[in-house]
Amino acid sequence: MDVGTFLVQCLNAVQYGLLLFLVASGLTLIFGIMGVINLAHGSFYMLGAYMAFALTPLFGDQFLVMLVAGVVLAALFGYVLEWAFFSYLYQRDHLQQVLMTYGLILVFEALRSMLVGNDVHGVKAPPWLEGSFALGELMRYPWYRLFASAACIVLALGLYFVVNRTRLGMMIRAGASNRDMVRGLGIDIRRLYRIVFAAGVALAALAGMIAAPMSSVYPGMGGSVLIICFVVVVIGGVGSITGALVASLLVGFVDTFGKVFFAELSGMGIYVLMAAVLIWRPEGLMGRKT
Amino acid sequence: MSIQNTRTALTALALACIATLGHAQQPPKLKVGLMLPFSGTYNALGVAIENGFKLRVEEQGGKLGGREIEYVKVDDESDPAKATDNVNKLIKRDNVDVIVGTVHSGVAMAMAKAAKESGTVLIVPNAGADAVTGPMCAPNIFRSSFSNWQPAYAMGEVAGKQEKKKKAITITWKYAAGDESVNGFKEGFEKAGGQVVKQLNVPFPNVEFQALLTEIAAAKPDAVYAFFAGGGAVKFVKDYAAAGLDKTIPLYGPGFLTDGTLDAQGAAAQGMLTTLHYADGLNTPRDTSFRTAYAKAFKLQPDVYAVQGYDAAQMLAIGLDAVKGDIGKKAEFSAAIERAKIDSPRGTFSVGKSHNPVQDIYLRKVDGKENKVVGVAVKGLADPARGCRM
Amino acid sequence: MKNVSATMRHWLPLACALALAAIGPWMSPYVADFVVKVMILSIFALSLELLVGMTGLVSLGHAAFYGIGAYATVLGAGRDGGSIAWLLPLAMGSAAAYALVVGALSLRTRGVYFIMVTLAFAQMAFFVFHDTPFGGGSDGIYMYVRPTLGPIDMESRWVQFYGVLGALACTYGLLALIRRSRFGAALAGIRVNEQRMRAAGFAVYGYKLAAFVIAGALAGLAGFLVASRDGVVNPELMAWHNSGEVLLMIILGGLGHLRGAVIGAVAFTLLKEVLSTHALVGPLADQWQLTLGLAIIAFVALLPKGLIGVAARLSPAATDAGQKLDAVPAPNAKVTP
Repeated sequence: MDVGTFLVQCLNAVQYGLLLFLVASGLTLIFGIMGVINLAHGSFYMLGAYMAFALTPLFGDQFLVMLVAGVVLAALFGYVLEWAFFSYLYQRDHLQQVLMTYGLILVFEALRSMLVGNDVHGVKAPPWLEGSFALGELMRYPWYRLFASAACIVLALGLYFVVNRTRLGMMIRAGASNRDMVRGLGIDIRRLYRIVFAAGVALAALAGMIAAPMSSVYPGMGGSVLIICFVVVVIGGVGSITGALVASLLVGFVDTFGKVFFAELSGMGIYVLMAAVLIWRPEGLMGRKT
Repeated sequence: MSIQNTRTALTALALACIATLGHAQQPPKLKVGLMLPFSGTYNALGVAIENGFKLRVEEQGGKLGGREIEYVKVDDESDPAKATDNVNKLIKRDNVDVIVGTVHSGVAMAMAKAAKESGTVLIVPNAGADAVTGPMCAPNIFRSSFSNWQPAYAMGEVAGKQEKKKKAITITWKYAAGDESVNGFKEGFEKAGGQVVKQLNVPFPNVEFQALLTEIAAAKPDAVYAFFAGGGAVKFVKDYAAAGLDKTIPLYGPGFLTDGTLDAQGAAAQGMLTTLHYADGLNTPRDTSFRTAYAKAFKLQPDVYAVQGYDAAQMLAIGLDAVKGDIGKKAEFSAAIERAKIDSPRGTFSVGKSHNPVQDIYLRKVDGKENKVVGVAVKGLADPARGCRM
Repeated sequence: MKNVSATMRHWLPLACALALAAIGPWMSPYVADFVVKVMILSIFALSLELLVGMTGLVSLGHAAFYGIGAYATVLGAGRDGGSIAWLLPLAMGSAAAYALVVGALSLRTRGVYFIMVTLAFAQMAFFVFHDTPFGGGSDGIYMYVRPTLGPIDMESRWVQFYGVLGALACTYGLLALIRRSRFGAALAGIRVNEQRMRAAGFAVYGYKLAAFVIAGALAGLAGFLVASRDGVVNPELMAWHNSGEVLLMIILGGLGHLRGAVIGAVAFTLLKEVLSTHALVGPLADQWQLTLGLAIIAFVALLPKGLIGVAARLSPAATDAGQKLDAVPAPNAKVTP
């Protein structure tokens, strides 16, 4: 493999990893703050992709406006879902959470089938992002993928800023370490949870919207993303956003270069990575030691 | 009882007897079990197959071989783990005479096993797994569609002979259909003097192709053969074009790469060559009448799946006619279908010894939203049916 | 009065097994097939009950051992078939071996991590059988000749029925014995409060690993039986949906009771049948995914103690004695590391 190809593959790995980070950060946030294991998180990703499919005809060129609209809708949906369903899960043990969210996946899949059907759909990128640029003489790289990576970086920075430099972020971090103390300090923990959950849903949906022009929109797309996200969260450490970022990039690299060097075994690559991390640090790369 | 009542009772009894006698003249209904994906990703294919099958039965007045057809439907959910249970529902609970199904090869494998063991007639209207008419072949198992090997082999020949390509790279999902397709292409391509330099795989149903597209670009082959279907096909063709590879390295594939996906693929797919046993624009009287009838009945355009369903019904009819509706006469039933020439919208075909269609594979080119036929890639291609002991 | 109820509770499972054995010959082929399927799923559910109900380890990857047992059987049988005498130990052994590896690594984690890690390892097994030629690929592989042992041939419907019934009885009996043993008591202690057990000097990791491996081996037994019944295996046997469903079965029946696993397997299978049969629910049958999802949510939300919990509420006196011996409190959510 020559240097040029190697660099392009690195670009591919980073782009894939960053998108994964967006979905995984939502998952780890919900895990870390509320202690709820949510199998339906992949469905939020799917929701975002289908929203992109549904909203593109309405918004046409205004892609960024559509993204904002999608985020708002998803956050609203998350807010209501938390109030109606997830808030009842906090007192329950992990097993019940697993099973109830498993049932939720079935419900979402059925609703999707009834509302949008089972067909596969393509989503067009906005005209100002269409096309590609030449990477030397090797091949052309689509502008949209560059945009996706940039968007993910911006969002990651935004997330860092909110969690580490704002009051809300402070409350989130406090709530993650000690729920009862936070309540004792007079902070409305219920509303905090609702906001965090809505944010988690919005992040996953946003990832789906950004990914939609690159992947097609199809039934079952949530399931595959979910398991990879779990692996990312385990590797990175539950509740740690930085961990999720590092782990996502690691997974991106293992997946990309795995496909190139170990064709048949590439599906297993990330699990081997996870096993290796577990042997070394069972709580994840940046998880809290218990 | 009074005389009035007795008379009424006797009349009623007499009428009832006549009614039952009259009814007894009718042969019992033939139970056809449709085990197809009525939910999930392959739903549309299941519906198309069912429509095609029912269209043929309706054309024959609701009867095949003199027997009225009664349908029993089971949703196979494209889940191989539940396949044995689902097919047993049809065989043991509903006692069907014939099973028609399915789309997903893993499910079809389980169905073939159960059918072989129980002796129930099975007609496969899509699943291309080579094993169904290979090691699991049986006198009561038929296929009205194709084997994964067929269109792939034809494409290999075309790529080597007509297109004069020498080095090819194949790429597909890591699953049985992909493997069988790639092996078929390799056989045809190498026979035509070409060489497959690399075989790339993507875990199923992963659609992250960037890394492998980079590999293809770096390796600079003369041609790329890809096997994907549904969402994967849409994404791959679009990604291939987005990487600029469509201008430098032609992309070939079986018809599934561009069937039902042209709307979503748009400009990226234009001009692509694919091979399949059906195409748009055949313009034969048989095809035209089929297409018109289908569009009229279902308000949809038919596709290759509808044709396969239609032909499944034709094959069943041929067998039933030969045994005058008595499906118990298994040897005669099978022999009749083996001898027959089936007048299909795709052209005439027969089933080989292994009960897989021996048919013309068309070369098609994407033009707008259609896969227009531009020639015949291979005439009368038969699957080698490796492992079939019949 | 209390003693009578207790005795009844002990002998009820045995009575059911004998009743099943007696009416076997009168069942139609379809019903017999269905009962065999439910019995195999009961064995699968019981194996998970050992992990979740008795030891408090929530595994979302149990289907991996089920699938490995099934695949080992088919791969071992080859084209010519094989003897039960070595295929059965092969199936259980392969499943136990993978359980040893997965357990050794996963048990280093706890709580939510453990759940996710077990899921991931099951996916890894799935990919091995799905992607590599080793397992025959995504369409699965056939077993051309079913296992035999002298005159006993799994091709026969009767052998399947009574063989599976016997296996179920043995599994149930084994787990009941474990429960009453010191090993079982240690597991129960670990479930209730791991820290205390460790402080008391128990090698907690070792106990958990032992339970994990035994559970894996029993799941492998269920896999052997399902391969012998169907004659074809497929990587979907190891899909995480399968792991989720078996978890549902034991919570549906009632966690912490052996009968709960069996009841749950029966109830869940019947539930799926009913929800997808047009004759019973009409047009709703097409939306079975929706109704099943809602049913699952409703069951877990409203009946956290499962069907056995419902029975307990209906007849509190009769279950008191039974409670002391069988029932154990559900895993405590507050005990989080």
